[in-house]
Amino acid sequence: MTATATPVPVTPGSSTPHGVAESRSLFDREILLQSLRDSVIKLNPRVQLRNPVMFVVLVGTVVTFIEAIAKPTFFSWAITVWLFLTVIFANFAEAMAEGRGKAQADTLRRMRSETEARKLLPGGGEQRVPAAELSKGDTVVCEAGDVIPSDGDIIEGIASVDESAITGESAPVIRESGGDRSAVTGGTRVLSDRIVIRITAERGHTFLDRMIGLVEGANRQKTPNELALTILLAVLTIVFLPVVVTLDPFGHFSAIVSGARGSGTVDVVILVSLLVCLIPTTIGALLSAIGIAGMDRLVQRNVLAMSGRAVEAAGDVQTLLLDKTGTITLGNRMASAFVPVGGHSEQELASAAQLASLADETPEGRSIVVLAKERFAIRERQLEGSHEFVPFTAQTRMSGLNVDGREIRKGAADAVRRWVVEQGGTPPDELAGVVESIARAGSTPLVVADGPTVLGVIELKDVVKQGIKEKFDQMRQMGIRTVMITGDNPLTAAAIAQEAGVDDFLAEATPEAKMALIKEEQEGGKLVAMTGDGTNDAPALAQADVGVAMNTGTTAAKEAGNMVDLDSNPTKLIDVVEIGKQLLITRGALTTFSIANDVAKYFAIIPALFAATYPQLSTLNIMRLHSPTSAVLSAVIFNALVIIALIPLALRGVRFRAASASAILRRNVFIYGVGGLIAPFIFIKLIDLILVALHAY
Amino acid sequence: MGFFLTIALLVVVLGIAWRYLGSYMADVFEGRVRYLAWAERPFYRLLATSPEQEQTWKRYAGSTIIFSALFLGFGYLLLRIQGSLPLNPQHMGAVTPALSLNTITSFVTNTNWQNYGGETTMSYFSQIGVLTVQQFVSAAVGISVAITLVRGFSRRNSPTIGNFWVDITRCLLYILLPIAFVAGIILVGEGAVMTLAGPATIRDAINGVTQTIPRGPAGFMGAIMQLGTNGGGFFNVDLAHPLENPTALTNVLYICLTLSIPFALTYTFGKMVGSIRHGAALLAAMVIIFGVWVGITSYSEHTNNPAVVAAGVHSTVGNTEGKEVRFGDTSSALFNVSMTQTSDGAINSAGDSYTPMGGFGLLTGMMLGEVTPGGTGSGLYTILVYAIIAVFIGGLMIGRTPEYLGKKIQAREVKLAGLAALVMPITVLVLTAVAVSLHAGRAGPLNAGPHGFSEILYALTSQGNNNGSAFAGLSGNTAFYNVVGAIDMLLGRFAIMIPALALAGALAAKQIVPAGLGTFRTDNGMFIGLTIGVIIIIGGLTFFPAVSLGPVVEQLSHGKFF
Repeated sequence: MTATATPVPVTPGSSTPHGVAESRSLFDREILLQSLRDSVIKLNPRVQLRNPVMFVVLVGTVVTFIEAIAKPTFFSWAITVWLFLTVIFANFAEAMAEGRGKAQADTLRRMRSETEARKLLPGGGEQRVPAAELSKGDTVVCEAGDVIPSDGDIIEGIASVDESAITGESAPVIRESGGDRSAVTGGTRVLSDRIVIRITAERGHTFLDRMIGLVEGANRQKTPNELALTILLAVLTIVFLPVVVTLDPFGHFSAIVSGARGSGTVDVVILVSLLVCLIPTTIGALLSAIGIAGMDRLVQRNVLAMSGRAVEAAGDVQTLLLDKTGTITLGNRMASAFVPVGGHSEQELASAAQLASLADETPEGRSIVVLAKERFAIRERQLEGSHEFVPFTAQTRMSGLNVDGREIRKGAADAVRRWVVEQGGTPPDELAGVVESIARAGSTPLVVADGPTVLGVIELKDVVKQGIKEKFDQMRQMGIRTVMITGDNPLTAAAIAQEAGVDDFLAEATPEAKMALIKEEQEGGKLVAMTGDGTNDAPALAQADVGVAMNTGTTAAKEAGNMVDLDSNPTKLIDVVEIGKQLLITRGALTTFSIANDVAKYFAIIPALFAATYPQLSTLNIMRLHSPTSAVLSAVIFNALVIIALIPLALRGVRFRAASASAILRRNVFIYGVGGLIAPFIFIKLIDLILVALHAY
Repeated sequence: MGFFLTIALLVVVLGIAWRYLGSYMADVFEGRVRYLAWAERPFYRLLATSPEQEQTWKRYAGSTIIFSALFLGFGYLLLRIQGSLPLNPQHMGAVTPALSLNTITSFVTNTNWQNYGGETTMSYFSQIGVLTVQQFVSAAVGISVAITLVRGFSRRNSPTIGNFWVDITRCLLYILLPIAFVAGIILVGEGAVMTLAGPATIRDAINGVTQTIPRGPAGFMGAIMQLGTNGGGFFNVDLAHPLENPTALTNVLYICLTLSIPFALTYTFGKMVGSIRHGAALLAAMVIIFGVWVGITSYSEHTNNPAVVAAGVHSTVGNTEGKEVRFGDTSSALFNVSMTQTSDGAINSAGDSYTPMGGFGLLTGMMLGEVTPGGTGSGLYTILVYAIIAVFIGGLMIGRTPEYLGKKIQAREVKLAGLAALVMPITVLVLTAVAVSLHAGRAGPLNAGPHGFSEILYALTSQGNNNGSAFAGLSGNTAFYNVVGAIDMLLGRFAIMIPALALAGALAAKQIVPAGLGTFRTDNGMFIGLTIGVIIIIGGLTFFPAVSLGPVVEQLSHGKFF
């Protein structure tokens, strides 16, 4: 156990957002104002063209506007205003979603611009340069108090680093040259010592730059599923164009054949209103907001996704590869029982074990002292007189204490056994059985001997994290297979796997075995997610469909993965999967809602459309709306307001519960399908009543 | 035969056909049925192909188009020169260019819209050599394309989707020819006319008149016309004619023949993708919609026509205008619904004389895209298109990239399915708008009021869905309606078929994702409901305004629904 290589433990699963994710409420005042400004700026047709549904609404607004100027009536102006508001509301939704990201990006940008670097010159000596001018391969020196100017690897020295600027975690971490802890990130601060860093990031491509780009959504591209949905929405828009346009000739013809008075010309304003009401404006307006908000929800949990594609893939994941240590178990083995052998008492064993562990500063050693205190109230003793600690070495594989002529040792079973034999003792027959049964249960046996006498065995248990079993049960319900990855032998691995409730495990895992497992799953058509931090994890991280690199990990690992967890908490992989699912569910739910809405709108608008030719059609006015024009206006107002009403849902996402696909579907079809069918009937009627009450009619 | 007895008989016969014909068709297309291999080989040698030479979707589509185009060209030519061809005892002259174009397009696209009276326009040669041949091959083309889409689901990482020439040969040899032959024997045995001797002349001594009774090879033509959901009969009045539909048994047999392949293909689908449940789910969606529409239409026909009631006449036997007394109100409705929802389009009663809501049942049955169960093959591939859209929307709601039978439904699939789904409504609506805007189109309908609008809408809906049933009441044999109809039919056929083939290609090339608890189930009630929802919503939302100007307002003019 080399203490220096261990990062200072990070609080896992902390619930308060921190780091880049400054805590801001969904409807922060500042963001609201900025979003209002942006929703006007976004009226630029070139921006609108990216969204075919809203573009049609914009064109429709222009048409009704011209119509309203030509034939100014209250109705045509009211429709024009509300169609315009529909576009504004859609822009507002997107601006709101982008708002938080922009605010975070500003904070990060300030951090970047103020840094100065001490660049080492090839011929010796130092030069002060702005951080932004560093390029790949430069070496810089940082001392206590300096901000690290750019991403790099430590090539000389060791230092404690405050990474709170990136992760929000205030406890410092240790970084040193060589090995898996050599990577440092620009923007973090050296707290002690001096290190020399070789810059590994190109100018403008540092981790900080990428973070700014990501939270801001600067290079946001449509993700595969978003693209597919956009196509479906375009199809639904295209199909309604002829539906509406052909109504004019149909109306003319009907007027002729029915012998009704008038030409049967259908009011253009009503036609445009019908079109806007039929095309899927609700989901069209909220689609990009949903995507941005999904990324943002990850940032709130301190996970940076390199692309929206990765977030979507997370929802599709069918196999989760989870490292045992730190993810499934707490990471440190803890003493859980004293098992005496050869007729010795448990207390005798505990007392000796405690003595042997007094100087052992490893978590295991401390846990033995704690257990002895708990079980037998054996207090930490001040050793007086002559005593000598025997430290653990890789050769002896045991440690202990020589005091008052006693030689107490604890260590691996075979090592202690050999030592006892050397001392002239005979290990009792039952020892082998006890050792094996402890190993079989997934724990580690430590044998304790006092000179030639074996006293017993300490059971060191891998402690499975609280609540993890329930998490895995939920995963199973969602159809996700969990696989535990561990370096332990198959016996130990099986026991822990069973206790934690994972579906499968990979014991004595090597990077190659991990890679092979991922490929095998993928060949079977499954999507795989994993976490990793070491350089040897990099190929597997790149191969996995969702690779979450720990921020404490190496640069190679961070570049190979498609997400970085700033908290370095591997359990968060499960959250990532849930966010991915929630993103897709929100899209599906709002699409269903949007389409289901159309039925009520038809019943409002069709009778109005042909009121002159076929007054009989008023039978279809089942909502008993006041007049044809109030019916159309009510439908258009509903159509616009529903966007505003659903912005919080789009930003927060549909509530996600771990359940089987069938259960989730039933629930969502009921809420958004059936609800979407009924809700507009009620609200359109309500708006109509309000319009009448306001004497608009 | 009683209405409910007929339905019971249909359920039994179609149930057996679903299970065994469906299974047999899967075996045929997977090459496990080989008893006619000796007959297959000469065809393959002639076409320089073999079952092992598979085609990509593009080549398959190319073959389909070339094959259909050749028949289109030759058929047109033969109709134009029928006067100089043999088997023409009545000395029929050349068919006019516009009518020839409409007719050959109609038969190549499996529509069988007829702007002519068979017994007064076509020679026996044209009836057999042009029209009946097309009734076989157009059905075979439809089935083959459906099978490629099924292969798209059952194969993984495959660049090819089958061999068009092999599929079509097998379909004809093993499925259509044998069944049509047996059915033809039964029909002729029941009294359907089958002769090449020309019309009979009968002297009615009592009244002192001489009648000419048209005859021809109607019996066997009737068999394939129904088996292949073609619907273009020998006689002008189609299956209302006693020499083509002589008995109650033949009437039921005709319904069975029409429904058997489209329904059974869902079993074929289930068997080929390795899950009968999936086939049964599609069947359920088809049967539910079909049943509801039979209910609406039969009920409406069992009531009195509101216009007749308004004239003070009350009937106790339902709406009998335009119906054969032999069949009665509800059974005629059952027959016509069966024919409008299979893209068959045969009729045994006049849709024009149906009550407004009865006509609504026939019209909207076609507007749902001919998927319940639809035409031979075209019904299956079109319902799969709707199912893909249902899977996409439903699948999103469970938080996974939607999958259907392990195939991920992504941008390309949505694009193709969307294209296939929007062609029909757009074509029908735009062409109807053209027809009602032009003088040539406005001259067509025989009735005023919304009924006149229904007549035009029905004609273009029927052709756009490759159904071919006529509402009647529209003078269709004009240059305008012949040409517009031909465009309608071609788009309705190939603009859906080609995206379906592309979809087959895209799906076949995909990996299959194993199903788990997190997978959107596509074989249970929820999926059936969603698929029905998509079919009704796409059909309903696109045609609601148009239908409200036709049958709906006509019904409302009389006060209320039903």
